[in-house]
Order: sequence, then structure tokens, then C-alpha cells
Amino acid sequence: MSELATREVDRSQMKVSDEVAIQISKMNKWYGTFHVLRDIDLTVYRGERIVIAGPSGSGKSTMIRCINRLEEHQAGSIMVDGIELSSDLKNIDKIRSEVGMCFQHFNLFPHLTILENCTLAPIWVRKIPKKQAEETAMHFLEKVKIPEQANKYPGQLSGGQQQRVAIARSLCMKPRIMLFDEPTSALDPEMIKEVLDTMVELAEEGMTMLCVTHEMGFARQVANRVIFMDAGQIVEQNEPEEFFNNPQHERTKLFLSQILGH
Amino acid sequence: MSDTHAQTVAYVRDTMLDQQDPPLNQTGAVKWIRENLFSGWLNILLTLLSLWVIYAALSHLLPWALRGIWDASNLSQCREIIAELYGPDKPAACWAVLAERWPQLIFGFYPKELYWRPILAFLIFLAAVAPVLFSSVPRKMLWVSALAPFVLFWLIWGGSLWGPIAAILGFVIGWAILTFAAPKIGNLISVILAIVVPVIYWLTLCGPLAGALASVVPLSLQTVPTQNMGGFMLATIIGVSGIVLSLPLGILLALGRQSDMFIINKFSVAFIEIIRGVPLIVWLFTASLLLNYFLPPGTNFDLMLRVIIMVTLFSAAYIAEVVRGGLAALPKGQYEAADALGLDYWKSMRLIILPQALKISIPGIVNTFIGLFKDTTLVVFIGLLDPIGLSNSIRATTDWNGVYWELFVFIGLCFFIFCFSMGRYSLFLEKKLRREHR
Repeated sequence: MSELATREVDRSQMKVSDEVAIQISKMNKWYGTFHVLRDIDLTVYRGERIVIAGPSGSGKSTMIRCINRLEEHQAGSIMVDGIELSSDLKNIDKIRSEVGMCFQHFNLFPHLTILENCTLAPIWVRKIPKKQAEETAMHFLEKVKIPEQANKYPGQLSGGQQQRVAIARSLCMKPRIMLFDEPTSALDPEMIKEVLDTMVELAEEGMTMLCVTHEMGFARQVANRVIFMDAGQIVEQNEPEEFFNNPQHERTKLFLSQILGH
Repeated sequence: MSDTHAQTVAYVRDTMLDQQDPPLNQTGAVKWIRENLFSGWLNILLTLLSLWVIYAALSHLLPWALRGIWDASNLSQCREIIAELYGPDKPAACWAVLAERWPQLIFGFYPKELYWRPILAFLIFLAAVAPVLFSSVPRKMLWVSALAPFVLFWLIWGGSLWGPIAAILGFVIGWAILTFAAPKIGNLISVILAIVVPVIYWLTLCGPLAGALASVVPLSLQTVPTQNMGGFMLATIIGVSGIVLSLPLGILLALGRQSDMFIINKFSVAFIEIIRGVPLIVWLFTASLLLNYFLPPGTNFDLMLRVIIMVTLFSAAYIAEVVRGGLAALPKGQYEAADALGLDYWKSMRLIILPQALKISIPGIVNTFIGLFKDTTLVVFIGLLDPIGLSNSIRATTDWNGVYWELFVFIGLCFFIFCFSMGRYSLFLEKKLRREHR
């Protein structure tokens, strides 16, 4: 469990509004006959920072991957920004361009430079002029503190740098919601911090975030809600203080004792 | 460990050592020879044996080739000259057959006074491929590449310039539908229209339009029928057309084979397996004999065009499998990242997936191209005069009856130069791309 104690997290901009960003109701998903997600009900308000925890195979990643349709759900409904996710390709592309996503293995495009990685989607999806897209990209690369790497290729960067580029690449699309799928799990300990710092900054600016992570320090300091999943269901959700200090469900207690115990 | 440590702990270096040269027998040619040729008894033996084999081969080949006679008008005259110069039993090549017949080996029976046309076409072809092969050539040259096929067709076959121009118009119509109508009527419909409308245009309006324009302003070159073409010109036309057309078709088939759409997927699989599972020579016979039964009566497709179509389909099936290998080698995350950014299918393929998959597939693709190019010699069996076919017809004349080796050595050497340069280009491209995307 890594600490972020380099500085105090500034909570002044972190405001949760009444506006619903994501509404998931009675969502079910099967892989073949295996029931991975069971009756998921979740409402995310704009400005929320939600950390999703749980043992591996509990369906955390699958759930957030359903939100931008990298996985298809078979029953129930998902509304993102008031748009219902159905098999209509137009809706899917629209939602995907509004929802940013960072992956465990970064998934940068190795044949493009860092700058091209960041400008590709704005130019081809948003139809923004190249010059303007490059300015935006440099702005966000500065924000994640690697503007000097802009003309290198992803293979020349360290894991932590690559993940920060991946975050900048998502931000260039000016998303209203960010999804993080275990963004630090593939990183060395000293690189985890630089990525978490970037995520904290993003939270401080009021971004709506859903984050699958095992970084409980991040959950404690940044999240306004922690969701615990097991066996494809949401078992418990609460504010971080309550969640860590006073877990209710047996599974939660067991999980917390295992990951906080050492 | 602790003992050594105890000895080194009180040590401080007071002078730094200068860099020294390695021992003489550890550098340069001496080292290389020692390590690679004479590193042990067995290797010394093998080296000597290899030297002897090389000597044995060259001692027969070189005198034969170097003594060769370049100036003679027929085989018996050539043999007389050899007997006169070197004595009766000395082997020597009759290169004179090349000197006398080389225009035929290159152009076939193309009219002599029109040789400038294929030569000019070849130069235009070089200018057209340069920007495609080398990124250092100015991008504006790509316009030459786009227009070259039409100009080359006109130069080689002759006829009215209005034919190719009317054909280009079909592409312009397709492009106009895609750019101007697509926002109004939707992508799918406009893509279908952009294919259907030009095809209807080519089948109906294109011919009469070209004819009408030609009757006003002729602008025409003397027509040369396909039967008169042969030699390396024929091999190059078939080979290059096959290469240029089969790459995009192969890529589409590979994508089709990966598609979730049932009909497209099954069609691609069936196409690839059927085409690949039957020998090329069978397809060539199909092209030359059977196709006429299936086509509506009265249509007369040029034989070379039919061969080009068959060769293209054949190598497209192979390219498809090579590209599929490249697609399969990409991590799933690349597809997901492209999707998550909101790129649609064609954009993610064009911008993310294919550039990487094709880079992986370069050796396999070039391998297929080399195979295709050499397979163009198979057209001899359906009566086209490729270099091999021409060597038969040269031998059929009384002048050169009995000349085998000289012609085959020359043809083999020419094919080798073509194929070897393709192989070298593939290496160059791989190296360049590796440098770019480390």
C-alpha cells in the first residue's frame, strides 16, 4: 500500500453535484454460461471519485469496461450522460468519445510518437485542426509533466511515463468521465507514485472518476465513495473512512484484513 | 566472501589505467579468419573442402562464360568462331543469341518503331513507385502514382487517350459521392453508392463517352494488341499489376476473415481456402479457356487482363493469410485503446491496427510478391510469350536451334535481380520502421 503523503490533497474543487453522470440499473452480464455481473445498480453523480475494490475475478474491470462498451452487457441498462448504451453504433462512438479510459498496460500506440498518440483521436474523431490539437496535447503533456518526451516513441519511455501519457491522451479528448482500470498494477513501486499524483491532480480539478485499483491510500485520500465487489455483485459501498474503519459485510472484512494486514 | 572483502576494503586506486589496444590476433581479419574458418581440425577440413567445391564449380563456369562469343548471327557461325579461337572441344557460351535477340526478350513482338512507348512507360513507372517506396521522395509525387496506371495503360496498349480519361471519371464520381453526399445520406449508403454508381457508369456510359470525345478530338496512339507483347515486358506488366492489386485485396480479405459479420467472414474464408487450395496453373487455364464459357457471349476480355485478374486473386489469398498473422500478433489492448478513444472501425484499422500489422507482415508480404513475380513464367502454358515462352520461340528458328543455357542463364539472372532487389527493399523497410518505432 503506497502512501501519497507528499502533500495534502486539496479538496476545494472536489464537489459532487446532483447531476447524474452514469446510471447503471439491473445490469447483468454472462461470459457464455458464467454469470460475471449480477444485478449491478450504481448511480454516479458528476464530480464523484469512486474507487472500486475487490478480489480478482470479482467483475470490477468488467463492470467499468461495460460503461464504454468494451464489454457488452446482456440485460439491464446503462445511461452515460443521458445517452443509453445500446447496440446503436452511433451512441457507442459518442459515449466513447466522452468517456476517457486508462488501461493496466497503458496501450499506447507504439508506431506513433507521444504527441501523435495524443492528437490522433482529437483530429480524427473530433475533427479538430492539427495545430490546435497539438497545442492541446502539449498542454496536457505539461500537466502530466512530460512535455519534453513529446517526440519520442512509447517504447523509449518508462512504465510510469507511459501511463501518464495514456492519461494525457485520454484528457485530450476533453472527456467528462474518466475510467481507470488498474492503472498502477503493472508499475514498479517508485513509478506508482508519479501516476497516482497525476490522478490526484485530476480529482482536484473536479473530474468524475471511476477507478479500479488496489491503492487503498489513494482511496482513502481522494475517493468520496468506495465500492467493494465480490462474485459479480456490489457487496458494500460507503465513504472511505467508514469503509476502512467500520466494514459491515463479512467478505469486506476478510478482504480488508488481507490487503491491509501486511 | 568475507575474506576477499577484507583484502579489498583497504585498497584505494591512485592511478587510472589508460585504454589499451586489444592483442593483434584478437582483432580484424586475422581474428575473423581464425574464428570462422580455422578454429579446429574439423573446421579446417570443411574450409578446404568448401574451397575445392567453389573452385571446381567456377573453373568450369567462368571460362565458359568469359570465353563467350557476343558477335555472331546464328548458332553454327558462333560454334565455328569458338572452334577457330579456342580449339574444337573447348566449352564456350554463345552470348550472341542475347545480343541479337535481346529486344525480343525484352519486348516480345512489340512493333520495333514503337519501342519508345514501353521504355517511356517504364520510366514513368519508376517515377510513380518512387514516392510509394521511399518516404524521402516529395509527397506531391503521389499524384504521379495515382495517374500513372492510366497513362501506362494508354502508352502500352495505345488507342485513344479518352478511354483512360473516361475511366478516371468513374473514380472521380465515386470520390465525389463519398465527400459531398456522405454527410447527407449517411456513410453506409454513400459507400454502396460510391461503388455501384461508378460500376454502372463504366459498364454503360464510359465507352460511348470516350468514343464521342475521340470522334471530336482523336488524341490516339497506334493500338498494339496483347498477342504482340512478350518477354520481360509481359512478365513485368503481369507481375507489377498483380502486386499492386493484390495487396489491398489481400488486406480486405484478412479483415473480412476477422470480421464478426457472418456473411463477410464466411465469404472471405471460402475465397481464401478455395483460391489457395488449387494450383495457379489451374486458375490460369480457367482464365484462358473456361472463362469464355461463363461470360456472356460477345464479351471478349483481353487474355492478359484475365491472367492479371487470376494472378491477383491467387496472391491476394496468400497476402490475406500473411496479414492475418500480423493482425493476430497485435495485443488486444491496441484494439481496445482505439475503441475507447471513439475511433470507428475503419479509422482504427487504418490508423492503429494496419500500420502495425503490416509492419510485422512485411517479410511475408514480400515473400508472396517474389513468388508471384516468378510465377508469371507459368503463363507460357496458356500461350502467352513470357521470357521462357520466348526462349522456346527463339529456339524454334533455324538460326538458334539448340541454344539452351545462354537463354536460361540470362532469364534466371534477370529474375534474380528483380527478386533480390525486392528482398533488399523489404530489409530496408524493416530496418527503417524499426528505427522509427523503437
